[in-house]
Amino acid sequence: MLDACGVSSPEDLFSHLPEAVRLGRPLNLAPGVSEYEIVDYFRDRAAENANGYASFLGAGVYHHYRPVLVDTVVSRGEFLTSYTPYQAEIAQGTLTTIFEFQTMICQLTGMDVANASMYDGSTAVPEAAMMAVRATGKGRVLIAKSVHPEYREVLRTYARNQGMPVEEFGYVPEAGTIDLEDLDRKIDGLTGAVIVQSPNFFGIVDRVKAAAEIAHRAGALLVVLFTEAVSLGILEPAAGADIVAGELQSFAISPCYGGPYAGIIATREKFLRQVPGRLVGQTTDSRGNRAFCLTLATREQHIRREKATSNICTNQALIALMATVFMTVYGKQGLRELAEQNLAKAHYLASKLRPRFCGKFFNEFVVKVEGKTPDEMNKALLKKKIIGGLPLGRFYPELADSMLLCATEMSRRADMDAVAEVLA
Amino acid sequence: MPITKVRPHLSPNESLLFERSSPGKKAYQLPELDVPAVDAADALGADNVRAEIDGFPEVSEVEAIRHFTRLSTWNYAIDYGMYPLGSCTMKYNPRINELVARTEGLAWAHPYQPEALAQGSMEVMARVEAALAEITGMDAVTLQPAAGAHGELTGILLIRALLEKRGNPRKKILIPDSAHGTNPATAAIAGYAVENIKSSETGVLDVGALEHLVTGDVAALMVTNPNTLGVFEENIIRVAEILHAKGAMLYMDGANMNALVGIARPGDFGVDVMHLNLHKTFSTPHGGGGPGAGPVAVKKVLEPFLPTPRLKRSGKRWTYDYKRKQSIGRVKAYYGNFGVLVRALAYILAHGGPGLRNATVDAVLNAVYIRKGLEPYYDLPYRAPNMHEVVFSDERQAKLGVRTGDIAKRLIDYGFHPYTVSFPLIVHGALMIEPTETEGKREIDQFIDAMISIAKEAETDPQMVKGAPYGTRTSKVDEVTAARKPVLRWKP
Amino acid sequence: MYPENFRYTKEHEWVLVEGDIGTVGITDHAQEELGDIVYVDLPKPGAHIEQGKSLGSVESVKAVSDVYSPVSGEVTEINGLLADSPEKLNADPHGAAWLVKIRLSAPAEVASLMSAADYQSYIGAEK
Repeated sequence: MLDACGVSSPEDLFSHLPEAVRLGRPLNLAPGVSEYEIVDYFRDRAAENANGYASFLGAGVYHHYRPVLVDTVVSRGEFLTSYTPYQAEIAQGTLTTIFEFQTMICQLTGMDVANASMYDGSTAVPEAAMMAVRATGKGRVLIAKSVHPEYREVLRTYARNQGMPVEEFGYVPEAGTIDLEDLDRKIDGLTGAVIVQSPNFFGIVDRVKAAAEIAHRAGALLVVLFTEAVSLGILEPAAGADIVAGELQSFAISPCYGGPYAGIIATREKFLRQVPGRLVGQTTDSRGNRAFCLTLATREQHIRREKATSNICTNQALIALMATVFMTVYGKQGLRELAEQNLAKAHYLASKLRPRFCGKFFNEFVVKVEGKTPDEMNKALLKKKIIGGLPLGRFYPELADSMLLCATEMSRRADMDAVAEVLA
Repeated sequence: MPITKVRPHLSPNESLLFERSSPGKKAYQLPELDVPAVDAADALGADNVRAEIDGFPEVSEVEAIRHFTRLSTWNYAIDYGMYPLGSCTMKYNPRINELVARTEGLAWAHPYQPEALAQGSMEVMARVEAALAEITGMDAVTLQPAAGAHGELTGILLIRALLEKRGNPRKKILIPDSAHGTNPATAAIAGYAVENIKSSETGVLDVGALEHLVTGDVAALMVTNPNTLGVFEENIIRVAEILHAKGAMLYMDGANMNALVGIARPGDFGVDVMHLNLHKTFSTPHGGGGPGAGPVAVKKVLEPFLPTPRLKRSGKRWTYDYKRKQSIGRVKAYYGNFGVLVRALAYILAHGGPGLRNATVDAVLNAVYIRKGLEPYYDLPYRAPNMHEVVFSDERQAKLGVRTGDIAKRLIDYGFHPYTVSFPLIVHGALMIEPTETEGKREIDQFIDAMISIAKEAETDPQMVKGAPYGTRTSKVDEVTAARKPVLRWKP
Repeated sequence: MYPENFRYTKEHEWVLVEGDIGTVGITDHAQEELGDIVYVDLPKPGAHIEQGKSLGSVESVKAVSDVYSPVSGEVTEINGLLADSPEKLNADPHGAAWLVKIRLSAPAEVASLMSAADYQSYIGAEK
């Protein structure tokens, strides 16, 4: 091969590089190690994490059982090692599963069209906001304080550079739902988007319909977020939502210390051309057979460049496939039953404590802690190998005496009883 | 020349899940509740409880596994053979990566776990940051961005923050006309206007033109190095000097790092900030379109602006520093695509310093070998030495009516995935080829033979080439109708 | 091929002036370059357009092209045919697939545009 290239040694292939740019030394990295040593390395790291603890953390990332079929499917080399399906003739596997994914998301959210996924729920928020701003031509965004705090931070980072003023509106201290009067006071003719989350960060089913009325009256679009996808199995799709955005981590995506996850954006037919990210459409091949392909690519960056609807170049295809397999395994009845189990578990735990908010909740709720701080309570729980709820003080100073607890179908009665004992 | 790589074979048909569905079929089994059941209407409010999910599938486990398995057989994949896609770096996805990413204590870790119970994850992230800093020659790394384009946005926001601190964020970003479309899209989302800079006749940045374009209004130049022609920007140090003299910054798109690892470091040739694509250079799987990860590496001067939080050593442990007043904030919730970072680290550990360098050498050798093999048959508009990829044009074949898109489709009949078609835009009818170090001589020779055969077919039977592919179970897809009358979901 | 009574721009648009109304479209050369057209994005009636500024865009599967207005004025009518049948723009770009009608605010602008003969030489030279 070197002969064919006209060089006598591989190093000659780099002789055209200016001397000044060349790294004249080996990289300061240890030499390569064997497969077994790599397994060992990560096993040691895993041992330095929590092992064998029961967890009552939710707050945007949820511990749900991952059906074994999920990894069986995504481990197939044809899915794992394939590229973005730009060549439709040899990527019908990927394209078909994405089309199914888009369909199922529409069915779950009650929307007309869904994209092939965003990076995650948190980045879906600014994308949805930008979409609403494009669609209405109005640049102001109102977002509820009861939306996940880190999601709101991400929105701010994006909004700052878009000339997109972001303002927050509060929540009602007793119910934990959005403060509709505050929203009404703050909304004006320049508002393009109102963003709420349901169930919200406190786990409460929020007042989406009322928010929709206020938003639409002002000529703004309503964006409804979700972080706990399992709730879609039992909660009525958000009435009045123009855009639904959210996080699918609950659908067989390992918590994996924060990522990779998959977000979605779903919307009404009329906003189709404003949707960011990839879209798969149905068509036919030249023999007349049904086939799928990436479509409406002219919204995207590689064509429209600086006028694109977004700069996003990926869809979380493999992660979305995990969710697709999960949704297939559970199916229509299973998603419902799974949601009902979550409801039962969380309400059992709540019945032994006193939820701080009176609003209706799904599988998460806030508890005010008496006598000790939430951190102290959690220390006590750790001794029982239980990770307690999220102390809220880091995000909501007014709730520094409270923690956010989550119970799922994986939470065991004995552990919930132990939590109740310590917290009560 | 007969096609030796592939032969037709029966692959199963398969309809959509919704068409296979039947009420009452189940693929799941939940345990019995160990707590009392709760009435949904009572707990949530009757208005909030949904009716059943209309049209949602109900299939058995066997139907589910067959469904996805059958669909998978319709895909091409790296596990089947080479993807010569330029700038995509479709190298082998090591299976050890998949195994370690599923280590329970790592896969199951909740991002809000107490720090004392997350030291393993934090150590992994610190190790990745250090390795990437060494490889790129930069001072600090953030692992928060979820993909390359996300990293680009982060990088440009960092530049904006620094320039704002200095008193003037400036108005525009210079982008070569050979750049990938994410570059200008990113600049726009970051609130900058885009100004295109034309490439010189040799395909590299026109330094003279640059000198005129860099004014006090320019925040940065976004460069890819080697560029999208696979050619090293030999004047890069001078380019950096010109920018820095005017107080502007040099951003590098790291998509082509597979040509540089262990050979040259962007930090050493004047780059201020860059992103990496872990799903390209560092072998994490594409998975049909994602996930990726787009860490951003910066020089010290930009470190204060990096996204929050940052890892910090506190005695013998890791902790997160949230008190970062100058930070641009968050670009994503939590800390980054941890699962992708694990895979990238496994790759780095397996190769080690010498191995990573060898991979680069092999990648370049493979690409130069392909160039030599195809030069007699395809037009090579830019003749500078190429590195890990090579870009031909379809000029010779276009005279016979055969375009790069046609050649790409015909390549499918030979058993290969097409190369990158019609990019970069500065080459008319581009064929962009990147083999990566994964491919051995045998596969590459088969590829070269296939391309030569197609070049000959274009001369003797251009109409046949234009009608390709013939051997696939799905023939040419009607993209026009898909765009005119979009159908984006199944309906009963 | 290129109607004598149209006037043409370097960006491959045409305008037919009748009284104070200009009917605007893209040329046959433009639709040929774009390939199969899948979508046409037009302004709303009442919109004010300036000569040389974009009034919308035309999309094929893999490309988008801005349409630059040959004249300044107010949009009075848009061609409803194109929403459902964008392919008409490939079939009849000089006739049934006109894009918008504009009430001219500066009729003198038309004099600076190319005649059919000039346009034909222009595209001949471009090749």
